Amino acid sequence: MSKPPLALAAENLARGYGDRWALSGLNLQLAAGRSLLLAGPNGAGKTTLLRLLATTLRPNEGRLEVFGIDPIKSPMAARRHIALLSHRTQLYTELTAAENLSVAANLLGLARNPQRVPELLQRVGLEGRGDDRVRTYSAGMRKRLAFARLLLQDPKIVLLDEPYGQLDPSGFAFVDDLIEQFIAEGRTLVLSTHLLERASPLLRSGLILAAGRMAWVGAADDLPQAFSERFNA
Amino acid sequence: MNPVLRQGLAVLSKDMLLDLRGRSRISAVLFFAVMTLLLFSFAAEPDPESMRRHAAGYLWLALLLSSILALGESFRSEVEDEALEGLRLLPVDPRALFYGKALSNTLFLLVLAVVLLPLALGLYAVEVRGSMTHLAGFIVLGSAGLAAPGSLYAAMTSRARGQDVLLPLLLFPLVVPVLIACVKGTGLCFSGDAMGQSSSLLSVVGAFDLVYWSVCGLLFGRVIDE
Repeated sequence: MSKPPLALAAENLARGYGDRWALSGLNLQLAAGRSLLLAGPNGAGKTTLLRLLATTLRPNEGRLEVFGIDPIKSPMAARRHIALLSHRTQLYTELTAAENLSVAANLLGLARNPQRVPELLQRVGLEGRGDDRVRTYSAGMRKRLAFARLLLQDPKIVLLDEPYGQLDPSGFAFVDDLIEQFIAEGRTLVLSTHLLERASPLLRSGLILAAGRMAWVGAADDLPQAFSERFNA
Repeated sequence: MNPVLRQGLAVLSKDMLLDLRGRSRISAVLFFAVMTLLLFSFAAEPDPESMRRHAAGYLWLALLLSSILALGESFRSEVEDEALEGLRLLPVDPRALFYGKALSNTLFLLVLAVVLLPLALGLYAVEVRGSMTHLAGFIVLGSAGLAAPGSLYAAMTSRARGQDVLLPLLLFPLVVPVLIACVKGTGLCFSGDAMGQSSSLLSVVGAFDLVYWSVCGLLFGRVIDE
C-alpha cells in the first residue's frame, strides 16, 4: 500500500514578534488523514503554529508546504485545503447567522445550493436562530456558528484552536463528535487544547510546545502524562 | 463567472448589507459632512461672491474629511472579530477583497456627495452654469479616486494603534492631485466653463483613478499579509 501524501510539512519554521521568538526551529511532517494534538502552557507558541500552518501568518524563517504547495508562492492554492477555527470566531456580528454563512458560501462559489445553510445551522444546533444577528449570540453559539462555516469550507486540513472554549457540556460532546467525523472522513486534523484528557483519546499523535520549541513528540494517548511530568500540571 | 469578479461582488454585497445594518454609522458620517459644510460657511468671509468662488473647495474638503470616517469604519467590522483573517482563509483573492471594498466605499462617498451637493449649492448660493454631465463625472471619478487609496490605507492602518491619525496622514498627500483637479473642475462646472477646460481636468482625474485602482489592487494582498 502506498504511503499517504504529506498534508503539512514544516522545516525549521520560526516566527517572531518584535525581538521575541514565538516559535523557532520547528520541524513537522503530518501525512494526509493523520491527526495531531498540540499542547503547551500559555505562550508556548500553539496559536502561532496554527496560524503559520493556516498560512495566515508568514514565517520569518523556514518553509512550509501544504500538500506540496508553497503557500508563500501560491497562497490561494494552499488555502483551498485549509480551514482554521480560531480563538476569535471571525464572524460579522451585525449580520445574522444565515447571512454569515451565505456570505461565506457566495465567496466559496457554493451559492447554488440554498439548502446548505439551513442544513449546517441544524448540524451545529442553531436551527431556529439563523435569522438572529450574531451580536445577540452567546460566546458558545458563536463558536458553533464558526464550526458551521468551517464545515461549509469542506477542508482537507482542519486546524482547531481551543475548540472546546466557551462551550457547555453538550457543546463538548458536539466537538468530540465532529473530531471523530473529521478523522473518519480522512481529513488531516491539528487540534490545540488544554483539555488533554478529553482530546487525547480521539487523536493519534501528540506534540508539546514549550517556549516556542518542540519539547515532546509521541502518541496522543501518552501526551497528558508527558505534559504533567514536564509542567507539574 | 470569473472567480475574482464573483468574490468581489460577494464582498461588495456583504459590505452594503453591513452599511445598511449600521445605519447609525451612515447618519454619523452624513451629520459630520453637513456640519463641516456649515462650519466652512461660518469660517469664510460673509461675502456671497467669495463663498461662491470657494464653494467647490468647501464641497470637496467636506467629502475628503468625511471619507476618513467612512473609510476607517469600513474596516472596523473586518478587524473586530478578525473577520478579515476568516476571509483570507476561505480563501478570498486579495484583489476581489480590494475591489469589493473600494467599490463599496465609492458608493458610500457617492451617496455622501449626492446629499452634500444640493446643500452646498443652497448654502453658498451657487448655480451649475457649466456641464451637468461633467459635474457628475467629477463626483463619480473623484469619489473613486478617494476610495481606492483610502481602502488600501484603511486596511493598512486597521490593526495599527492610532489609526484615526495614521489614515489621514497617509491618505491626504496621495490624493492631492485628484483633489486639486476635482476642486478646479467642479468650480468650472459651477461658474461656467468658457474655455472648455473641464474635459481635460476630468481626464486627469480619470488617469489618476486608473493608476490608483490598478496599483492599489496589486498591493492589497501584501498589505493584509502578516
